[in-house]
Amino acid sequence: MDMAVEAGVINQHLIDPEICIRCNTCEAICPVNAITHDDNNYVVRADVCNGCMACISPCPTGSIDNWRKVLVTKAYSIEEQLSWEVLPAPLPEEQLVATPSLAAPATITPPVPAAAPAEAVFRSSDWGATVPPWSAARAFTNLYGPKNAVTATVVGNYNCTEAGFESETHHIVLDFGSMPFPVLEGQSIGVIPPGSDALGKPHVARQYSIASSRNGERPGYNNLALTVKRVTQDHQGNAVRGIASNYLCDAKVGDTVRVIGPFGHSFLMPNHPRSNIVMVCTGTGSAPMRAMTEWRRRLRASGKFEGGKLMLFFGARSQQELPYFGPLQSLPKDFIDIHLAYSRTPGAPKRYVQDLLHERAADLAELLRDGSTHIYVCGLKSMEEGVVLALRDVAEGAGLPWETLGATLKREGRLHLETY
Amino acid sequence: MSALPSTMNYSDKIPNNVNLSEDRTLQRALEQWQPNFINWWDDVGPEGSTNHDVYLRTAVSVDPQGWAQFGHVKMRDYRWGIFLNPGDAERKVHFGDSLGEKVWQDVPGEHRANLRRIIVTQGDTEPASVEQQRHLGLTAPSMYDLRNLFQINVEEGRHLWAMVYLLHKHFGRDGREEADALLQRTSGDQDNPRILGAFNEKTPDWLAFFMFTYFTDRDGKFQLAALAESAFDPLARTTKFMLTEEAHHMFVGESGVSRVIARTCQVMNELKTDDAQKIRAAGAIDLATIQRYLNFHYSVTIDLFGADQSSNAAIFYSSGLKGRYEEGKREDDHLLKGQTYKVLEVKEGQLVEKDVPMLNALNEVLRDDFIKDSVAGVNRWNKVIEKAGIPTRLSVPHKAFNRQIGALAGIKMSPDGRVVNAVEWAAKQDEWLPSSEDFAFVASLMGRVVEPGKFAGWISPPVMGINRQPIDFEYVRFG
Ligand SMILES: Cc1cc2nc3c(=O)[nH]c(=O)nc-3n(C[C@H](O)[C@H](O)[C@H](O)COP(=O)(O)OP(=O)(O)OC[C@H]3O[C@@H](n4cnc5c(N)ncnc54)[C@H](O)[C@@H]3O)c2cc1C
Ligand code: SF4
Ligand code: SF4
Repeated sequence: MDMAVEAGVINQHLIDPEICIRCNTCEAICPVNAITHDDNNYVVRADVCNGCMACISPCPTGSIDNWRKVLVTKAYSIEEQLSWEVLPAPLPEEQLVATPSLAAPATITPPVPAAAPAEAVFRSSDWGATVPPWSAARAFTNLYGPKNAVTATVVGNYNCTEAGFESETHHIVLDFGSMPFPVLEGQSIGVIPPGSDALGKPHVARQYSIASSRNGERPGYNNLALTVKRVTQDHQGNAVRGIASNYLCDAKVGDTVRVIGPFGHSFLMPNHPRSNIVMVCTGTGSAPMRAMTEWRRRLRASGKFEGGKLMLFFGARSQQELPYFGPLQSLPKDFIDIHLAYSRTPGAPKRYVQDLLHERAADLAELLRDGSTHIYVCGLKSMEEGVVLALRDVAEGAGLPWETLGATLKREGRLHLETY
Repeated sequence: MSALPSTMNYSDKIPNNVNLSEDRTLQRALEQWQPNFINWWDDVGPEGSTNHDVYLRTAVSVDPQGWAQFGHVKMRDYRWGIFLNPGDAERKVHFGDSLGEKVWQDVPGEHRANLRRIIVTQGDTEPASVEQQRHLGLTAPSMYDLRNLFQINVEEGRHLWAMVYLLHKHFGRDGREEADALLQRTSGDQDNPRILGAFNEKTPDWLAFFMFTYFTDRDGKFQLAALAESAFDPLARTTKFMLTEEAHHMFVGESGVSRVIARTCQVMNELKTDDAQKIRAAGAIDLATIQRYLNFHYSVTIDLFGADQSSNAAIFYSSGLKGRYEEGKREDDHLLKGQTYKVLEVKEGQLVEKDVPMLNALNEVLRDDFIKDSVAGVNRWNKVIEKAGIPTRLSVPHKAFNRQIGALAGIKMSPDGRVVNAVEWAAKQDEWLPSSEDFAFVASLMGRVVEPGKFAGWISPPVMGINRQPIDFEYVRFG
């Protein structure tokens, strides 16, 4: 949810004057000073708020979590908001269509053909939850920042894809010694590469998902695992040498690494025994899935967990480039239901994770009907929209209107998106 | 809870952003204080709560993601942390005689005694309210309210930590002794009571609790806001962070009273009556009783601001220890010398205003800011009544009503500001302040309701749950 302008419509951030107790918390916390007040009301400046959500959970009343779609030219002004006693009702869709005279200058430029005018723009990110599942364990975040980064020692580093292929992904284990570094599956850490950039500024941290479970890659030790893809090309395919990923992939056992974090308080796994987990990932997006699967496996091995289903949809360019292909094969079928898609297998049609979702629509639909199902999507940014659209199709095909189901999943912290 | 290394690190037990682990002496001092704190918590903290997993907000850092972390925790294992808002190396003293100088990171010798007194007085209120509220869990009107009570309790506990940290860190042996004494005084104790009057009053029922959190925690807001302006930077940064938490306490009070009112109005409309006895018989609290509770808590709380003329207030201001509410937003010389302020006194049976030097009237200035803020909230309660189509309105009593401190102490005054004689006062007292019968009636409604999503009959459900959880969320897990 952000204030980005979409076809002249913004999602304006407003405060409900009927519930707000004028405690000033939001004003004190907003990093960009978007919030102001008078003796009557607390209000948000539409042109300043960037939808960062920093104010949402600290607000003691929930009154700050209000959003209204309005035409950018008709955003509620500060003066208007200050005078309110109640929030205005949401505007009907018809009123959200920009009138031509407002939207375009009166010249004779031919109008751009409107793309699918009837359908509002679909934004997959709108459906991602910002709250954790109710049964998630309590996550610690931001224990270490750039000023007090912790030093971890590399205690393992190997290529977990088949050697000799273009893309190479490493499984790296970091040990924190006696420094407390409590993590949960689904969280990530930041790694600060040594040295500085072209401008002489120290490198900024890069984020990596944790690929091991809460009690460590090796249970009882204070360590965790990462799944790092060596970046050798940029997104356009030009040759580059990714700073942090190459640094990590080249690290030797015994080297030390500066780490910050942990990060993430909503992409967390449910703990209640009936919870089903649907995991959709590509490439290194498998890291959090490996973490969750491993924790479930350990719970099951210790007899502490019976019930909830696990379903994994995993995409890679080819089998050889799919991280952890071997170990995945050895998981019992009655423990996890695995589906793999390859987009570059020579001689075979391209298949993507969303295709798998469609293929397994019947089983997925059954899970979607179950209030204990949680869905996690992680990997390349480009997959996100396709996956959420596929989920929508599967739901609607099963007679579950997405507007309702999607909103429920989001509200209850049951659909989580993390793409990069 | 996530796996931690087997050697428990102290900084994990006391999350902090003050580099506790690097100050061995301080850490040891706090390690010694901590078991006493836990003993105090066990002895006079929330009764019968030890085994519950409570959905609490815990601060683990001061950034937006870190200070509002929600999860089920046993209260005894709550991580009472020590947090200071981020500092500003360039911050300058912005009022009083040292205006424009760099703020102090250490206590200046000449201000030591005053600063200690300010911190001890603030610190003393924090455990006091936990003590005052210790039995309330047994009569909670819902699981949601029970959770809110517990949240307030643990945060008052954290605020105590915050003050104890300052005492230990900056006041040497005296500081340690004062910190110990904070756990030795007890609210309402004959021999060793809490420092301020309102903190020795009972909080007998949930209506009193909501009034207390609305009015008295709002006193906390104004006191903390004034201290957040302090030239003593550690105090300013500590109180600034405390303010963010105080908001929830006021929320519990404001929404609590509002929900009581909503339920009363609903019953009035259902029965089509404004007869207090009929409303009471239907299990709701009549508006007149709510008004009497309001009168009591308001008057007791405005006493907390101290005498209307005080040379201490002048000294605290001029020496930069305690500013005004939103000092930084005010446009004057921030010295206040030669300026005056109006205070009230009684002359020949009449209330009259008189001009006194502003510096000496700073308690009154803060009290007036508080009054303005309180009245705005009472108006929001009135909106609830108005919406229900009922003609009654609540109001705050006159500033001189029922006062025990300052020039107005002991004056017999009606809520609407008439000086009355002893006979009238005696005759009307039960109309103006809650009577023993009122207390007995409200107490009779206090049965415990803790099934998720269920609410006692005298209060409406809230508009929304905590942290956007559903209202019937399992906020407290018993057992
Ligand atoms: C929440 C989150 C979790 C993440 N988890 C993981 C993880 O588990 N494993 C992992 O390997 N990465 C993960 N990443 C990505 C990671 O943080 C880095 O962006 C990545 O390793 C590249 O960093 P670099 O320093 O090597 O490249 P840089 O030096 O930062 O970039 C070099 C060039 O490569 C481009 N580039 C960056 N990343 C890629 C990419 N993946 N493919 C192609 N081109 C790229 C950049 O645009 C730039 O042009 C995650 C990112 C986020 C935000
Ligand atoms: S969403 Fe972010 S920018 Fe907008 S008001 Fe809240 S804190 Fe400020
Ligand atoms: S934090 Fe919430 S309750 Fe407080 S002023 Fe802001 S919107 Fe109102």
